[in-house]
Amino acid sequence: MTPLKCSQLTKTYRNGVQALKGIDLQVKEGDFFALLGPNGAGKSTAIGIICSLVRKTAGKVAVFGHDLDEDPFGARCSIGLVPQEFNFNQFESVINIIANQAGYYGISWKQAFKRAEPILKRLDLWQKRHTEARFLSGGMKRRLLIARALLHKPSLLILDEPTAGVDIEIRHTMWQFMSEINEQGTTIILTTHYLEEAESLCRNIAIINHGHIVECTSMNRLLQRLSGECVVLNLHEPLQEMPLLAPFCGRRIDALTLEVEISDGHSLNELFCLLHEKGIRVSSLRNKQNRLERLFLDLVQGGAPA
Amino acid sequence: MSYSRVYATALMTIIRKEVRRFASIWIQTIVPAAITTALYFLIFGKVIGSQIADMDGYSYIEFIVPGLVLMSVLTNAYGNVVSSFYSSKFQHYVDELLIAPVPDWIILAGYVFGGVARGLTVGLVVILVAMLFTRVQLVHPLISLLVFVLTAILFSIAGFINAVFANNFDDISIVPTFVLTPLTYLGGVFYSISLLPPFWQSVSLANPVLYMVNGFRYGMLGRSDIDIEIALLIIVAFILLLWSFALRLLAHGTGLKT
Repeated sequence: MTPLKCSQLTKTYRNGVQALKGIDLQVKEGDFFALLGPNGAGKSTAIGIICSLVRKTAGKVAVFGHDLDEDPFGARCSIGLVPQEFNFNQFESVINIIANQAGYYGISWKQAFKRAEPILKRLDLWQKRHTEARFLSGGMKRRLLIARALLHKPSLLILDEPTAGVDIEIRHTMWQFMSEINEQGTTIILTTHYLEEAESLCRNIAIINHGHIVECTSMNRLLQRLSGECVVLNLHEPLQEMPLLAPFCGRRIDALTLEVEISDGHSLNELFCLLHEKGIRVSSLRNKQNRLERLFLDLVQGGAPA
Repeated sequence: MSYSRVYATALMTIIRKEVRRFASIWIQTIVPAAITTALYFLIFGKVIGSQIADMDGYSYIEFIVPGLVLMSVLTNAYGNVVSSFYSSKFQHYVDELLIAPVPDWIILAGYVFGGVARGLTVGLVVILVAMLFTRVQLVHPLISLLVFVLTAILFSIAGFINAVFANNFDDISIVPTFVLTPLTYLGGVFYSISLLPPFWQSVSLANPVLYMVNGFRYGMLGRSDIDIEIALLIIVAFILLLWSFALRLLAHGTGLKT
């Protein structure tokens, strides 16, 4: 059954702003799906409607076949949301926040404690279970949002910028955890501004801009559209001027750094052969821009992918 | 999982959360009412009341007990729901309920139960305080209990509606200050409306608090300015009216959904 199907979803706010202009979206079962877009594109509005937090103006939403208007009970039982904001009672303890949430889904107090233990342990929050939420660090609060969303074992988990403001170590732990959950069969929709996060975790992607879906495809297919990429080379010895590297185009950033464009049909190997012939030794290299980031910018800025 | 089980557990969860909330801050929620009413009994009952002639055959302090108890019940029931629900809006944790498979009437019932629990707890504490100053009677215990509970329900719903519309903390104190307090003080807590000129007696009949105070006074003392059946009917009518209005607000997402 399709975890999420949105048809002609439209939202016009009271001030006349049309946040969604009839979007169609379908997410496959077991998918790890990225919903990307710049600020104000309509991602949060779409998520808000799916999660019953925003009133839609028109259109249909079905979650695992349960129409949100006709069978809100069935639809809501299937969804878990990790929101952008810390939307829990800051004066409640971690365990009470979790147990209350469980109760809203019909899970008894006793059962909630049983279910909470492995989740809190996995997210390194077990030791803090009796701590009031306001005393947790930012990273812990983010993990608490994840724990809360998972307690009723949702089949569709929506992660709205789950790693915003989280340090890199915790971010990696969270990525691993999300991958595990997805491998166990939970369908995940992720919105994020960290495009490397979407690139490494998601299999399918939709890009939303100005209330329209401007792209909806598989991650691989999208990345294949890149006709080239730009690499930054850090040199072992300084260069006084830009060497001739035809057929590659490039520029000298400083004495120890070159930027080279690798267009379609050429490879890094060819570039390295050329550099080797010219006696230029490279100590390290990196992509100038994340691949998805480049495509994303092209799509939301209206141009064709490079 | 069946609907009924989910709904029952959700309702119990909201009630437990609400009761725990006011019980954990009892110094702010229970004690002030006890102190305030003790002062009322001391000043209006003992000091000034001793100079006032009997009221409908009761000493003044005996006469004001039902009104003071009910005043505590309604202000606390109202205050509990308005502050709790507004806090949940302010901190956005009301989203937990809006996302979950909890129907609107369960959300409303849960918060109303919480308000009733606090109203009744404070009411009982005030009755205990009253017992330190005078003899407390219960001529019609069931009617007393009924009015007690219905008043708490009515003002809990009113508090909920206030919280739905509130956009800041000022908005949750405007209604209690400018509407609730005057209605309560002019609702026959400290006097019988039979003491008023006919015109003001008629005006007083438009005050819903009058029916509650008199209904409760009938239960405790066996006398009332208002016919008890009419008092109960009016309280129930107000409950149904506000309940329907609150559900309509929730269904529409007023103050909660954009």
